[in-house]
Amino acid sequence: MNPILELKEVSVSYTPGKNAVDKVTTEIYPNTITAIMGPSGCGKSTLLRAINRMHDLYPHIKTTGEILLKDKNVLEMDAMKVRRLVGMVFQQPNPFPTMSIYDNVLAGYTLNGIRLKKREKDEIVQHSLKSVALWEEVKDVMTKRGSFLSGGQQQRLCIARTLALKPEVLLMDEPTSALDPISTNKIEELLLELKKEFTIIVVTHNMSQAARISDNSMFMYLGELIEHGNTTQMFTKPKNKRTEEYLTGVFG
Amino acid sequence: MMESITASNRLRKGKDKIIYFLVCSFSFLAMIPLFLILWDVVSKGYKNFNIRLFTEVTPSSMDALLANMNDEPIPGGILNGITGTILIVGLAILFSVPLGLSIGIYLADNHGKRFAKVVSYLTDLLQGMPSIVIGIIAYAWVVKPLGGYSALAGSVALTIMMLPMIVRSTEETLKMLPYAYKEAGLALGASYTNVVFKILLPSGFGGIFTGILLAISRVMGETAPLMLTALGASVVNWNVMEPTSAIPLLIWDFYNDPNLVDLIWSSSLLLLIVIFLLNWTAKIVARKWKV
Repeated sequence: MNPILELKEVSVSYTPGKNAVDKVTTEIYPNTITAIMGPSGCGKSTLLRAINRMHDLYPHIKTTGEILLKDKNVLEMDAMKVRRLVGMVFQQPNPFPTMSIYDNVLAGYTLNGIRLKKREKDEIVQHSLKSVALWEEVKDVMTKRGSFLSGGQQQRLCIARTLALKPEVLLMDEPTSALDPISTNKIEELLLELKKEFTIIVVTHNMSQAARISDNSMFMYLGELIEHGNTTQMFTKPKNKRTEEYLTGVFG
Repeated sequence: MMESITASNRLRKGKDKIIYFLVCSFSFLAMIPLFLILWDVVSKGYKNFNIRLFTEVTPSSMDALLANMNDEPIPGGILNGITGTILIVGLAILFSVPLGLSIGIYLADNHGKRFAKVVSYLTDLLQGMPSIVIGIIAYAWVVKPLGGYSALAGSVALTIMMLPMIVRSTEETLKMLPYAYKEAGLALGASYTNVVFKILLPSGFGGIFTGILLAISRVMGETAPLMLTALGASVVNWNVMEPTSAIPLLIWDFYNDPNLVDLIWSSSLLLLIVIFLLNWTAKIVARKWKV
């Protein structure tokens, strides 16, 4: 099987000469969940945000190397197009406060100036909310604001908003760290369901979460990718000593 | 040991009580002039606060003198001032809102950049600029080149006065919005323009609109800059190139004419009511649209 995403010597620096992400080379395969782990400040989120070009917002951040999405270098593509193909879910649930639940799901379309017929809209909203298992909970309150929902529901709404654009890859930056255990559990179940359709990369601080949901794991330390492999294998027989130390709680 | 602690405690509590008493009584004192102003304006203004005030233009001094002698209400109103204020302030809103919003958006997004710092500093400076100076500037910029006093010149002066308030409220409101909204919008592939117009401005609507309303209520009572620009007129004028009256200009006129002096109070009352309503609306909007 061909990888959907190939990273070749990807480096990101906030200050010239100092790489926060240092020459990361790896491959991500379709319909898998990849967990990126590592201690705070190791460059997990920085690497993740390079993939959908979020660093473009801050001119001082430099990204080098190649990130190939289905053989096309996203660093050379139009950033807005990249972000439609590579969706992102953030740590804090952030539904748009002035939009209803319905409009939040469609935000990707309205923000991109794509006009849809009422029937198409209904279909997208229903399908997206069903795929995040939120439909039953919100179908009668569609006109309420997004902020009306609980934290866990808001995060699922944000995932639905991202899915509505049918991205190739779904990036998640600690999507459950602001949520309670029950909501976290729901999102984890949801991810296992979603990988049938999407490729998911999730940054997590929670090792047991990585063990529960991911197919492959990446361990990063000081900006370098130390180890990338099958999750079960990495958790039982890590190849690198650093990985072992991190997983057993010696540091991190 | 114990006793000295209790003693010093008692002393502290005593001090607290005195300070609290002072704070309360001073704020009460500060309220007195406010109530006196309201009382004066209402008690003296209600006599001429009738339908005529809104439907008739300023009477001539002679007519007013005759009415005063016969103990009748002054035969006229301030229609020319009301329409003038609507025209001048309306134009000023048209000019200042798009300008102020743009500057505010720019400042919120680029704080730290050198040019933004300069703009921000100039905005502060403009905020503290005496209104008469702004009037003189508008006179030099607009009245002189156009060869005459006009509503347009007045609205330019008021625009300059409104700008800093709109800029600041836009900037501060947008800065207070979580950065996450912007990132979330861009992460969906939206353009910067769409993020600003479809997410940031609507999310900050409450704060920005409140700022605009307060700016309006502030310039509504401005007199000095209008004297040098709009000049005043005794007829209703909707032509932006002609001299135009405004409520505060009329109040100044009435002050200078002993026969019309009674109209000062009813005009002031009207101005106060409008400004009160604007402020009240601003409060409601700010509360209702809180994000």
